[in-house]
Amino acid sequence: MTDLTSLTLAQARDALRTKEFSAAELTEAHLGAMAKARALNAFVLETPERALQMAKASDARLAKGDAGPLEGLPLGIKDLFCTAGVRTTACSHILDNFVPPYESTVTANLWRDGAVLLGKLNNDEFAMGSSNETSYFGPVISPWRRHGSNAKLVPGGSSGGAAAAVAANLCLGATGTDTGGSIRQPAAFCGVVGLKPTYGRCSRWGIVAFASSLDQAGPFARTVRDCAILLRSMASPDAKDTTCIDLPVPDYEKAIGASVKGMRIGIPKEYRMPGMAAEIEALWQRGAQWLKEAGAEPIDISLPMTKYALPAYYIVAPAEASSNLARYDGVRYGLRVGGRDVVAMYENTRAAGFGKEVRRRIMIGTYVLSAGYYDAYYLRAQKVRTLIKRDFEECFAKGINAILTPATPSAAFALGEKGGADPIEMYLNDVFTVTVNMAGLPGIAVPAGLDAQGLPLGLQLIGRPFEEETLFALGHIIEQAAGQFRPRPWWN
Amino acid sequence: MDAPARKSKLIRGATGDWEVIIGMEVHAQVASRAKLFSGASTEFGGEANTHVSLVDAAMPGMLPVINAECVRQAVRTGLGLNAKINPRSVFDRKNYFYPDLPQGYQISQYKSPIVGEGEVIVDMPDGETVRVGIERLHLEQDAGKSLHEQNPTMSLVDLNRAGVALMEIVSKPDLRSAEEAKAFVAKLRNVLRYLGTCDGDMEKGNLRADINVSVRRPGEPLGTRCEIKNVNSIRFIGQAIEHEARRQIEVIEDGGAIEQETRLFDPAKGETRSMRTKEEAHDYRYFPDPDLLPLELSPALVAELKAHLPELPDAKKARFMRDYALTAYDADVLVAERETAEYFETLLGGSGTAQRRDPKLAANWVINELAGRLNREGKDITAAPVSAAQLGTILDLIGDGTISGKIAKDVFEIVWTEGGDPRVIVEQRGLKQVTDVAALEKLVAAIVAQHPDKVADARTNPKAIGWFVGQVMKASGGKANPQAVNDLLKQKIGI
Repeated sequence: MTDLTSLTLAQARDALRTKEFSAAELTEAHLGAMAKARALNAFVLETPERALQMAKASDARLAKGDAGPLEGLPLGIKDLFCTAGVRTTACSHILDNFVPPYESTVTANLWRDGAVLLGKLNNDEFAMGSSNETSYFGPVISPWRRHGSNAKLVPGGSSGGAAAAVAANLCLGATGTDTGGSIRQPAAFCGVVGLKPTYGRCSRWGIVAFASSLDQAGPFARTVRDCAILLRSMASPDAKDTTCIDLPVPDYEKAIGASVKGMRIGIPKEYRMPGMAAEIEALWQRGAQWLKEAGAEPIDISLPMTKYALPAYYIVAPAEASSNLARYDGVRYGLRVGGRDVVAMYENTRAAGFGKEVRRRIMIGTYVLSAGYYDAYYLRAQKVRTLIKRDFEECFAKGINAILTPATPSAAFALGEKGGADPIEMYLNDVFTVTVNMAGLPGIAVPAGLDAQGLPLGLQLIGRPFEEETLFALGHIIEQAAGQFRPRPWWN
Repeated sequence: MDAPARKSKLIRGATGDWEVIIGMEVHAQVASRAKLFSGASTEFGGEANTHVSLVDAAMPGMLPVINAECVRQAVRTGLGLNAKINPRSVFDRKNYFYPDLPQGYQISQYKSPIVGEGEVIVDMPDGETVRVGIERLHLEQDAGKSLHEQNPTMSLVDLNRAGVALMEIVSKPDLRSAEEAKAFVAKLRNVLRYLGTCDGDMEKGNLRADINVSVRRPGEPLGTRCEIKNVNSIRFIGQAIEHEARRQIEVIEDGGAIEQETRLFDPAKGETRSMRTKEEAHDYRYFPDPDLLPLELSPALVAELKAHLPELPDAKKARFMRDYALTAYDADVLVAERETAEYFETLLGGSGTAQRRDPKLAANWVINELAGRLNREGKDITAAPVSAAQLGTILDLIGDGTISGKIAKDVFEIVWTEGGDPRVIVEQRGLKQVTDVAALEKLVAAIVAQHPDKVADARTNPKAIGWFVGQVMKASGGKANPQAVNDLLKQKIGI
């Protein structure tokens, strides 16, 4: 029997139906891989007993011919998703021992469809970070290494645990959340596929909020097809989230292999950053060429507001975060550090409970919303956001079906290499991804090659609202042309 | 606000007259079964923290979902205040830390409220009409309750109230006296109760007011205002304004200046005291709540709600005066509570003037006998022991001459304490009015024979016949028909 953990999610699904192995065997194989890969620190909580229980229940349903679309498929869940009876912390000390009595809509959809929970995945604290170094549970170590080097690399962030676990074959797929690139950037760094759906496609109910107008859940997997399968289950209308759209969920898997002939692919000149590595530029051109060979038409376009996206994002996101995180006050749940009065208790609890990056963003957010600064910062950033959205709308109105860009300005970097002195150095990682969140559009990161040091590089495709199918079709073309990239399992 | 000062409203200070300028922010709890953004119950009372949903407790990942009924109630209220309904409004977050505010922010409406400008017409007892502008009405969440007295070392929090829907109704600074302010709140409360959008129960805190007070010399620009927070009875509103206006006048007359601040009213001492100054004011960092889409109201919804609005006090008063020929005073009293007006109209009965009972007589009975009796016993008209049907029968018995007005009061008393059908009571207890001319003639003859002097008197002064009527009534045990007695006496004495 082949190594069950190296199967794609679609392969495992089909094999379970033909009874080549059982869901329990599949889950055990993954639990075994997780136990050997603790050096990666991808999981902050393993739930082996629950996993086996769920897998056995799946086997019973498979035997009855009563299988759901994800029956028996083991997944990892980012620790931002509330899971009923399973500790959920957002990787923050302030939620250290928080066990929610409720299940997020997205994960509830997964369990409804038969998926198996392997455990909770590491992430940057409250999803604030681009390297997974801000987690209270310590950084995730990327399964990738540079040629001839043992230096520990970051997996990207904030969904670093998800990207690393999928890349290291610890799970068939994983959930992530993406506020400014938190799915696409780590997917690119780890050589896996990651999709941020259109804002409103997946319910936010039960996901620990970072920036409500930008947060969106999405899948990680090793193939585009697997992401399509996962999104179909994750997405749903939800009356409990007003910002969630009431649209039926298509069978995204049907988009795999669909023709892209005649599709117009925008190549935005503003994404050609000064000082960008030549190999990124080359990768980008190669990607355009692959799509052209498949019958699509690359067209040079302009998105003039791009350069304002990052500064505007770093006003809007912290502003919302400063308010969203006010509820962690030590009064009702989570960490409480006492004080002589209630104000002292707030101060002690929040000082002890939040890490440095989270505190920084709360302070930035509080500042930009303050009387006298609101108009200059928050209001202005919102205006910029409207203009960014308009940039995209104008392109789509001219017949552009999707936009191709690099996913990140560089390959993964080493632990501690960036952001130590200047947080902006870290923030620049999101330069190609934040525009998509600001405009609420879907975006997918697909592995497209390796750099000179042997590290994966990804391309990003940006689509029209609620046209994820186009991204799956185009992403599949790139995947077919570029091939797949797996790290050498040094951790075993 | 720039209208000339009304002389009668001025307050005399040591150095001359002062005008007091008052604006109000009334917080009215929306009558609805569920909270503004969660499905938890709004029921009053109940054990602490039993009406709390995951959303109310601000658990991680919880999201607010607007309660459509609360929106409809706000629109109804706006329509009832003759106000502009804004087709698009926005919910904002008002950020501050407090243990009874689980989210760390209150969801409110800041720049774009659901209801814009409107007007309330207040009729003062002296006949003056004061038109009070409404600046806006917005929806917001109530906070929970901090309990400081139940534990020696800790404060406890009850979140039953957290997230309950409030309407904040903001008036323009159009009020000029404590009396006007009290009348305004009473009128507003009445309108809300007619609409069924707030029960107006001030004891439960379901209606409370923040009062902005400033003083100025007549004709001068507005003075600095102070805000008195959370006053929860109409009487206290009057006392708070009286005290605050006096305080401000004294400060200024003593050469001081008013500082903008928030003050509290102490009902025990009948005075206001400083709570926090402008410098200590919070920076609430309002911004649009990203969890909620802007609230959009279709013209069809507004039109439908408008079509189903109940008749409001002003319209009802006008109709009572027009259709029932009631005085402004009577009509005012009858419409002051929706239930009283309903009782009155049930009492009138019938659909046309033909079948209807006499409005003036009915109004007198409701205003004097019924209201007086209810007042004495501290009862609500909805719990009146004498139903409109029972009182109607009593009026009918007066109308057809079966009983006199005086006996009617006795019957009313019996029905009040013992219940029962007035017709049966009158029958069984022999309270029927005596209209039997033969029987009455005997009584009349006897009385006339006993008082020849008075007879002579009455011949020169016909008004003196009243004395004879009284004597006959007394002799009949109140059961004689006064009109019949009167006629017989005139015949007998010959006037």
